Amino acid sequence: MIPGTFDYHRPATIADAIALLGSLGEEARVLAGGHSLIPLMKTRLASPEHLIDLAAISSLKGISHTGGDIIIGAMTTQHDLISSDLLTKHLPIIAETSLVIADPQIRYKGTFGGNVANGDPGNDMPALMQCLGASYVLTSANGNRDVAAREFYQGAYYTCLEHGEILTSVRIPVPATGHGYAYEKLKRKIGDYATAAAAVVITMSGGKCTSASIGLTNVSETPLWAEEAGAELVGTILDKSSVDKAVAAAEAITNPASDMRGPAEYRTKMAGVMMRRALERAVSRAKN
Amino acid sequence: MAKTHITLNINGKEVEALVEPRTLLIHFLREQQMLTGAHIGCDTGHCGACTVDMDDMSVKSCMTFAIQANGANITTIEGVANPDGTLSALQEGFRMMHGLQCGYCTPGMILRAHRLLQENPNPTEDEIRHGIAGNLCRCTGYVNIVKAIEYAAAKINGTPYLEAAE
Repeated sequence: MIPGTFDYHRPATIADAIALLGSLGEEARVLAGGHSLIPLMKTRLASPEHLIDLAAISSLKGISHTGGDIIIGAMTTQHDLISSDLLTKHLPIIAETSLVIADPQIRYKGTFGGNVANGDPGNDMPALMQCLGASYVLTSANGNRDVAAREFYQGAYYTCLEHGEILTSVRIPVPATGHGYAYEKLKRKIGDYATAAAAVVITMSGGKCTSASIGLTNVSETPLWAEEAGAELVGTILDKSSVDKAVAAAEAITNPASDMRGPAEYRTKMAGVMMRRALERAVSRAKN
Repeated sequence: MAKTHITLNINGKEVEALVEPRTLLIHFLREQQMLTGAHIGCDTGHCGACTVDMDDMSVKSCMTFAIQANGANITTIEGVANPDGTLSALQEGFRMMHGLQCGYCTPGMILRAHRLLQENPNPTEDEIRHGIAGNLCRCTGYVNIVKAIEYAAAKINGTPYLEAAE
C-alpha cells in the first residue's frame, strides 16, 4: 500500500510550523510519530497534500516539573514516558498506561501529543488526561490557549483543535503525595485497542476516600470522565454498596459501539469491571 | 513527483539517494538499496517483519517514510553479522536453538532482539516475550525464538547457557 503524493516540510521551530500550517491551508497536516496518520495515508483514508513533520523541533520534546504541574512536550514518545524518572516519581500511572499501548516498536515512535490530539476514541491517554484534570496547550499564530482535556473531545476524531493550531504540550497537575492509581485495560491481545479501560486516581485518609477521579477509554465516541462515579466514592469507606453505586454511575454514561470487540452491552459491563479492578488496585497503592 | 535528496547511514555506510516523500522506508531499503532482508508482512504495522534499527530505536519501516530517516543511522539484518563475517550472537542463537521455521519473521525478530539486548542485557523470559510483542511469527515458533534470545544474551554476557536445542 502506497500513500498518495504530498510535499514534505520539516520546520525547525514551532513558529515556522505554525506559519507553514497557515500558508499551506487546509490540505496540510502535522506529522508527529506518524503511527496513526501513515497507516491512514497508506489506505488512502487520509490524503494530505502537505505533511509538516514536527520531528526537528526540539522544544516539543521533554518532560519538566514546574510549580505543582508536570509539563509534557507533544513530541515526547511513549518510550520516553516509560523511561522518565520524573514521571515514575510523580505520575507513575502514565508509564503504567504507556506500557499497555501498542507494542515496543510503536512506542519508540508514537508520541504523547499525537495520542491525545488525534481524537481516536481507542487511544488510552485521553481518558487518563481527563482523569488527571490535564489541560492541553494549543498554539497558533495568535499565541497559546489552554483547553481542558475534559472539554477537548467532541466526537470520534473530532476535537477542539482548529486548523492552524498545533497541540504543543500538556500540563498535568501532580496528584497528592500518597495517591492511589491504576489503569486497567481489557484487550484481546497485545497491541489492540481497549474493549474497555479505566483510569482511577484516588486519595484516602483514615480509611475514607477523600477524592476520586475516573476516566473511561473506548466506550463512547469520546473518552469519558465519570464525574458522578467519582463523587459516589468520596466520603465513603469504599464499601461494596458505594462501589456498586459508583460502577453503575460509570456504566450509565457509556455508549459503546457493537463491533469485533463485542456487543455494546458487554463493553459497558467491561467498563464497569475495569473500573472496579482499577479502584481495587488504586486503594492497595494509596497511603493512609 | 519531485524527489528529495536524503543522506543516511545504512549498516555503517554513508548512502545518498533521491526519494519521493511518499516512499516508505521499507520500499526504499528493499527496492532502491536492494537490502531485501527486512520483509513486508502485514503492511499495516502489526507484524514487525519490517523492523529495522533506526537511531537506537526498533522501528517498523512500513510505517516510516524514507524521508523521515534523513540523517539517521539504520541497521538492517544485512548489517548484524560480526565484522569478520561470522554470525553474531543473536544469529548464532537463532541457528542453535532452531529459532526459525519458515524464516519470514526472522530479520525483524533479530533486529528487535538486538535493541532489546542493548537496553536490557540480561532479560527474563517474561521481559523477552514482552520485548518482542510487536513481532509476529506465523509458524508460532515463539518458544525457540525466546530460547534463541536467551542463548544470545548468555553468549554476550559470557555466562553458560544450558538449555539444549529441541
